[in-house]
Amino acid sequence: MAVPKLEQLSKSVVQGPSLATGAIPTMDWMDIPVVFKPGNYAYVAKKEKVEYLDSQKGLSFPNARDWNPEEEDWKLPEDWKDIIIKGLAERLDKFRSLKIFMDCCVRCGACADKCHFFLGTGDPKNMPVLRAELLRSVYRNDFTLAGKILGKMAGAREMTTKVLKEWFMYSYQCTECRRCSVFCPYGIDTAEVTMMIRELLHLVGIGINWILEPVSNSNRTGNHMGLQPHTFKDNVEFLVDDVENLTGIRPNITFNRKGAEILFITPSADVFAEPGLYTAMGYMILFDAIGLDYTWSTYASEGGNFGLFTNNETMKKLNAKMYAEAERLGVKYILGGECGHMWRVLHQYMDTMNGPADFLEVPVSPLTGTVFENAASTKMVHISEFTADLIKHNKLKLDKSRNSHVKATWHDSCNPARAMGLMDEPRYILDHVVDWVEMPENTIREQTFCCGSGTGLNTDEIMELRMRAGLPRANAVKYVAEKHLVNMLACVCAIDRATLTSLMNYWNPTVEVCGLTELVANAIVREGENRPELPEGLRTML
Amino acid sequence: MKYAFSFLAVIALVLIAWLGSQIPGMPYLFGVALPYLALMIFLGGFVYRVVHWAKSPVPFSIQTTCGQGKSLDFIKQDRLEAPNTTAEVVARMFLEIVCFRSLFRNTKSEIHDGPHITYESSKWLWVFALIFHYSFLVIVLRHLRLFLDPVPACVGWVEFIDGLFQIGAPTWYMTDIGLLAGCALLFGRRLITRHVRFISLVNDYFPLVLIFAIAITGILMRYFLRTDIDIVNIKQLTVGLVTFSPVIGAKIGAIFYIHVFLVCVLLAYFPFSKLMHMGGVFMSPTRNMKNNTRAVRHVNPWNPRILPHSYAGYEDEFREYMVENGIPVEKELPPKKDEE
Repeated sequence: MAVPKLEQLSKSVVQGPSLATGAIPTMDWMDIPVVFKPGNYAYVAKKEKVEYLDSQKGLSFPNARDWNPEEEDWKLPEDWKDIIIKGLAERLDKFRSLKIFMDCCVRCGACADKCHFFLGTGDPKNMPVLRAELLRSVYRNDFTLAGKILGKMAGAREMTTKVLKEWFMYSYQCTECRRCSVFCPYGIDTAEVTMMIRELLHLVGIGINWILEPVSNSNRTGNHMGLQPHTFKDNVEFLVDDVENLTGIRPNITFNRKGAEILFITPSADVFAEPGLYTAMGYMILFDAIGLDYTWSTYASEGGNFGLFTNNETMKKLNAKMYAEAERLGVKYILGGECGHMWRVLHQYMDTMNGPADFLEVPVSPLTGTVFENAASTKMVHISEFTADLIKHNKLKLDKSRNSHVKATWHDSCNPARAMGLMDEPRYILDHVVDWVEMPENTIREQTFCCGSGTGLNTDEIMELRMRAGLPRANAVKYVAEKHLVNMLACVCAIDRATLTSLMNYWNPTVEVCGLTELVANAIVREGENRPELPEGLRTML
Repeated sequence: MKYAFSFLAVIALVLIAWLGSQIPGMPYLFGVALPYLALMIFLGGFVYRVVHWAKSPVPFSIQTTCGQGKSLDFIKQDRLEAPNTTAEVVARMFLEIVCFRSLFRNTKSEIHDGPHITYESSKWLWVFALIFHYSFLVIVLRHLRLFLDPVPACVGWVEFIDGLFQIGAPTWYMTDIGLLAGCALLFGRRLITRHVRFISLVNDYFPLVLIFAIAITGILMRYFLRTDIDIVNIKQLTVGLVTFSPVIGAKIGAIFYIHVFLVCVLLAYFPFSKLMHMGGVFMSPTRNMKNNTRAVRHVNPWNPRILPHSYAGYEDEFREYMVENGIPVEKELPPKKDEE
């Protein structure tokens, strides 16, 4: 889909008649149908990908078929309505969060203008409260006394294909960033609602390819790019060559090595595409500089977990590789690279789903002796925790001037901020390696704005939607780019590195995107290095 | 029209109580039977709903962290916004329930030419909510005077503070004004703020109108229609209700029955409505869980047994490439058979 010109979209988001800009829709939201047209939905999952996943033990992706959202008939199974209602009943029994979030909303509207999708599209159904009402209205109809008796009067409505289509549209215009849950007086988390709707849709064979293909790849090859072991190794080794060219020191790299102290897992995108590549080079330089005894794995070569964007079973199955590989290799613990949703899974789900990891040890930094008590059970440490601790104990020789070409600002990635509370470790690191400034206060830390393309929405056919949803983030960057001449947006998320790059190219072309460890590695001074002047750090073309 | 319907419904309820209570014999229905029934529905419904919630497990630890989590020694944890211990969770919940912490954070976004998006602190909703809820709470506490004999001293203190300004005779309570204002402000906000108007349902307007009507009838009784009301009779009835020996003595004015009937409707409506947020706010997993999930394992009672695509299967598929590229393997390649 062609993306509208910057001038057009800049006008449209301000003047377009939308609820965000002041226009009031004349129809009740239940009466406004969704219309699928090129550019406003992500391509649906290919039949063979759904079939492959359905064939995997422990997973269920039934009703694979060829279908097109733009057509009236979605070729749903005969008993689709039963499947959905039974699926909802089952999930109400399994998740207290779902029951509470269905029952407690008072529609106070505090969440309404907190959603980046709402701010960028002005579509009322992108207000978190209304996104939840899409499901809640059906819940009322089938599961509450008031809804059964009073029907529409009580905000209830029957499950119809029209409702199902709404679900598909709006559960894929939510990035599960959880910003709304910060502002909700009852902590209602739209991510939970979106996850449930997506789970229900998968029951009737509705899903998008940009999620299910990476899931299939992760399952089979270990990473979402579908890189086979030798290709993965080749990619990493290219980066080793680059590092050697730039610094004069060839970092020591091993794969699938038994007996290593630490297993390192990062999103595969880091070894595949710019600007993640520079972050991956950063990891190598950092680990080599401190002589870390670690190994990469080709089997568990994906930190990210696209299963989180489908259903909890798939999340579990993909995540299980990490512990399986750690146990097979006999490492002491796992170190995780920079990634947002990956860390939501690791921090909030991994131990519960696939633990206890009794075969691992409580993580201890081999350099500083610091015991990572906060990871005592899961036995997985975030690279920023690890690096901040190194810096605190003076284990790294850093020369901030090597980042003098950079004026950075910090993007708190949604999940590390709102699911882990990882906010000040990266800031501590930044303080030591680069000159940087904060974005405005309502757009950082727990109030940070999503890149607009998380949860598997970073696909090109919905580029206009992504640029709209990313507007609040881009706008805050623009503010510091103009005021403080910021030229680099740093983050700890692989999806961010990919999607913010497109977003910056569109809204703020003078700003580049990087991972935190790239900036760290830029600043690292090593003995025996043969490093020419690198005016653009690791990005310098020699 | 949704708000108009709420008014009509409440007017109908008022008429039912007004006319109904005038029919001989009916005061017993409105003064005794319905209050008991309503209270039973309220208590039973409330408990049922909370038990119903509690029956579903909390499979995953999904806390929302609104500040720095506990990690390294030199990184200062925000103990209230990213709690790590039970005490910290209790403190966080206290702020949430007593001070409406999350509403206090509220901002208002606007999109200006440029585009340029601004976020301004917006505390109105927080203020309105505080006025409404605290007025309601104090009024409920004050009403204990009617049900307890002797009246506990603390009820007297609450009344004293509530009437501190000593305006009018009998002294006007601040909370009476507060409840009316709270209802009106929250209602007005639903009409005026376009987002909120668009999402509001009958279920949102109705309780506000109902509570407003309850407050109005209460105020009429206390300040304006005192001649219709024999407080001694009322107290005899209300204390009787509590001691399960209700007596309706001399005639009590219709305004009393209207007031009581509306309260009964509110009580009976409560467990089936969004008003259950009163119970739910305590049980929201994003707020009441500790952010210590990597330090202490959270258990999911229905954790399904799902194994990963096995390493053995992976190596079987790719062994040749792995060996060729010097990646260690568990099983070596089978010896090559001679082609010829």
